[in-house]
Amino acid sequence: MSEENEITQNNYLKFLSEGKLMGSKCKKCGNVDVPARQLCSKCITATTEWIEMSGKGKLAAYSCIHVGTPYFEKKGYDRKKPYCFSVIELDEGPMVSAQLVGVDELNPKETIKIGMPLKVKFLPVNIEGLPEKVDLGFEPA
Amino acid sequence: MAKLARKVAIVGAGTSKFGSTFPLRRIPEHISDAWINAVESVDNGVDPKDIEACYVGNYSADLFNHQGHLGPMVSSLLGLNPKPAPRFEGACASSGIALRQAVITIASGLMDVICVVGIEVMNEVPTSGVTDALATASDATYEYTAGATFPGLYATIASAHMQKYGTTFEDLMRVAIKNHINGKENPFAQMQRSIRDLMDSKMKRIKDSGGEVPDWKDEFDYLNSPSNPRIAYPLRLFDCSLVTDGGACLFIASEDVAKKFTDAPIWITGTGQASAAIAMHDRNTLTALTATTEASRQAYEMSGLGPNDIQIAEVHDCFTIAEICAMEDLGFYEKGKAVEAVRNKDTYRDGAKPINTSGGLKSKGHPVGATGAAQAVEIFKQMRGRAELNRQVKFDVEKAMTHNLGGSGGTCVVTIYEK
Repeated sequence: MSEENEITQNNYLKFLSEGKLMGSKCKKCGNVDVPARQLCSKCITATTEWIEMSGKGKLAAYSCIHVGTPYFEKKGYDRKKPYCFSVIELDEGPMVSAQLVGVDELNPKETIKIGMPLKVKFLPVNIEGLPEKVDLGFEPA
Repeated sequence: MAKLARKVAIVGAGTSKFGSTFPLRRIPEHISDAWINAVESVDNGVDPKDIEACYVGNYSADLFNHQGHLGPMVSSLLGLNPKPAPRFEGACASSGIALRQAVITIASGLMDVICVVGIEVMNEVPTSGVTDALATASDATYEYTAGATFPGLYATIASAHMQKYGTTFEDLMRVAIKNHINGKENPFAQMQRSIRDLMDSKMKRIKDSGGEVPDWKDEFDYLNSPSNPRIAYPLRLFDCSLVTDGGACLFIASEDVAKKFTDAPIWITGTGQASAAIAMHDRNTLTALTATTEASRQAYEMSGLGPNDIQIAEVHDCFTIAEICAMEDLGFYEKGKAVEAVRNKDTYRDGAKPINTSGGLKSKGHPVGATGAAQAVEIFKQMRGRAELNRQVKFDVEKAMTHNLGGSGGTCVVTIYEK
């Protein structure tokens, strides 16, 4: 397996920066892991290969965060402008953590429903002093 | 079936006064204060020469205080050199792990007396630094980049629990109200005040300054007001434990020597530890913490007891929702039914199953690496009938439990105590 195709965290993040949400599929047991893993989470063998996700899923759980991390403060969020951390169940089965955008974080009860259909939204990050990158996001479908 | 090869007891236990004490009281003072308090609790006295090792629980002095290598720092302060002084880290379960490892070491026959110290001084960094340091106990690559904070992770659990079981905002408030009522009776607590006290003093302050006094009839009105701002919806300020500086110290001894220290040792008859995926999205449920279930299963099996045998418990209420999950995942109540006990006040000091008589992490405070050992201190006091002020439960406690979580539930230690 060549280095650029190897299932590594670095390559997963590289795919993300190209607008691709990639998982790994076990050739032995068929289990899919997202984010991709070198070792299949079910049979713990290195028999996985890349598989691209459809980017569709539904909201499993969330929180609208007013006191955020320094990283999200740098992204421009604060107590008055919260962001939504979410766990999404992908159509393919696995769950992922991502920022949920396109919702009203100040009125979560009215606008955010667990089970609501979502689609992937790649979020470019341009913070001074940090390398450019893409973070995983989702938005209402 | 996993059993301890010989009996192990706690023969002394104490904490420092928890609070936001930096810079006046730092790591050395909290260790020394906890030690002094624990030494005073040993009925027949303890000599540092009796102690064969010092097991230190600390989450991240590295990030909070720019100090690693806590083991020899603690042993130097307590005159324990050259005894071994390893440090154990499992996020907020660090000193629960240190306690468990001391029990295992003594049960193995290798040593007879170990001093367990839990220590964390968190207020050396500003709030953003605390948020960031705690966030490193979650998955740094996938959760952190999605914005996870610790309140945010437990709020996410709360959102799923509320959706699935109908848990309400008021149920969360009830947990906080009860724990503050207990903390009011704990002289070592960071916030030794009930929420009613806090509400009344706020109303008085507004009145004295000539402002319009809010129409708060009870704690719920107060907790529904802007005085209780959102931190991570659905959790608000009063759903969160405190940012605390504190230390705790335990003396653990084998059956062979325990009676030398006291006629009333507290036996540790069950210990369990379990793990779960560090990232919540890698778990198969968001409404239960499976490490709690597994750690308690081990502890129950070892002690031969079941959830109904446990008379009082200190559970890891880092957030109000965590207490509700613990009540269920420890098997005290069926899944989704803990809120009924909360509404009935069953977990108050005079209820059927008192929980967090110390005030819990909510009111006593949560110096993360010290919390597991501090929970054992409260159980030690309650089982010996020596809890301060008006905090002592009114019945004889023969069987009790502590439940100590790390991170968002990636680590859990459960300990069962008997007289």
